[in-house]
Amino acid sequence: MTLVYPVQSLAAHPPRLSPAYKSTVKRSPSKPLIPMRHTLSELTGPVYGHETVREHDHDLTIQGKGEPIGERIIVHGHVLDEDGRGVPNALVELWQANACGRYVHVVDQHPAPLDPNFTGAGRAQTDAEGYYRFVTIKPGAYPWGNHHNAWRPAHIHFSVFGHAFVSRLVTQMYFPGDPLFPFDPIFNSVTDEKARNRMVSAFDLDNTKPDWALCYRFNIVLRGRNATPMENK
Amino acid sequence: MPQAKPDGVTPSQTVGPYFAYGLTPGGKYEWNDAFTNNLVTPDASGERIRVEGTVFDGDGVPVVDCMLEIWQADAQGRFSDPQDKRALPNSSFKGFGRIGTDAKGAYAFDTIKPGSLPDPDGKPQAPHIVLAVFARGMLLHLYSRIYFDGEAANAADPVLALVPAERRATLIATRQPGNGNAVYRFDIHLQGDKETVFFDV
Repeated sequence: MTLVYPVQSLAAHPPRLSPAYKSTVKRSPSKPLIPMRHTLSELTGPVYGHETVREHDHDLTIQGKGEPIGERIIVHGHVLDEDGRGVPNALVELWQANACGRYVHVVDQHPAPLDPNFTGAGRAQTDAEGYYRFVTIKPGAYPWGNHHNAWRPAHIHFSVFGHAFVSRLVTQMYFPGDPLFPFDPIFNSVTDEKARNRMVSAFDLDNTKPDWALCYRFNIVLRGRNATPMENK
Repeated sequence: MPQAKPDGVTPSQTVGPYFAYGLTPGGKYEWNDAFTNNLVTPDASGERIRVEGTVFDGDGVPVVDCMLEIWQADAQGRFSDPQDKRALPNSSFKGFGRIGTDAKGAYAFDTIKPGSLPDPDGKPQAPHIVLAVFARGMLLHLYSRIYFDGEAANAADPVLALVPAERRATLIATRQPGNGNAVYRFDIHLQGDKETVFFDV
């Protein structure tokens, strides 16, 4: 299978300079990016073995001595290419705040409790169909310093590797119906509504485990299409 | 279960300020590193080098919450990826590294100097490492390339040739004086007069 990575696919991404998100103002390039053809360096990417992901790395609720506080959830879905084919053996890394909206990172000092049984980091590898699954705690919203009374909608950070270095993706998964959506400059940096909605997980009743955990589905679509598409006859 | 054809890629979002405990814990958090800044494997042939530098924002202030990832060929110019259809490398060298900048915005990678490799027309590309830059305030990561000074092949490199001559130096790591393994300096300027060249790939 040979994939191509059209630059047109990048149009879904937010502009690097999005002044409503203030930190972008001094951290986005002022000169135009230089277009170039993809070479082997761009079209290949790291391959990692099963040693990278340990057996329980996908379950963030069993990393501590006891159970973390909060609403247990299942987050699952497929990593797909732009043709809708599953991306097998893709490394999916996840990090998030705890149920109170507090990160274990030393810089996060906002007045909400840490949970000794919750680190908030996880890792999974997709199976042959591109499927991944995590068990975690629903993260809380939290305040940040971008503007007066700024709050991030609850979200889970995702880092994903595809087939190529240019299909690398870091994104955030949001929860459906969050009342903070209209006020968040990071969420709204994605200007196209359809594209924005691709960052919002879907509540998944069919895979909700009775008496145990709600389930959310989050499919992640990476760059990459078949280089030789089927012809329509 | 077949999936519906997507209506586009999932948009990128910033790594934010708090990625370290998940992506670059480095012994400071109760989580293990999937990747580190040391790419060298005992069986890898080639010249051991260090690439180091500092990341700066548009005001020249060091960026202390930046994550860098590099991807490179081995000393023979081959990638540890079966998609590289040429003969596979004969070592366990993986060619991928990751590091978070420190409290001074500095980073370093220990690796081996990559070999040259062909471009899509079969013309040689000068030895280079591809670089991805992530940070709070960056909604979408940036791609650049690290070349090496003193390389005659730089003059004919087809990618460097796309870059205006006066900006090419931003892509060339400078050899530092000293004995022992070669150290190359590669500072990254996200914005401004000294702005590093970034590629639209």
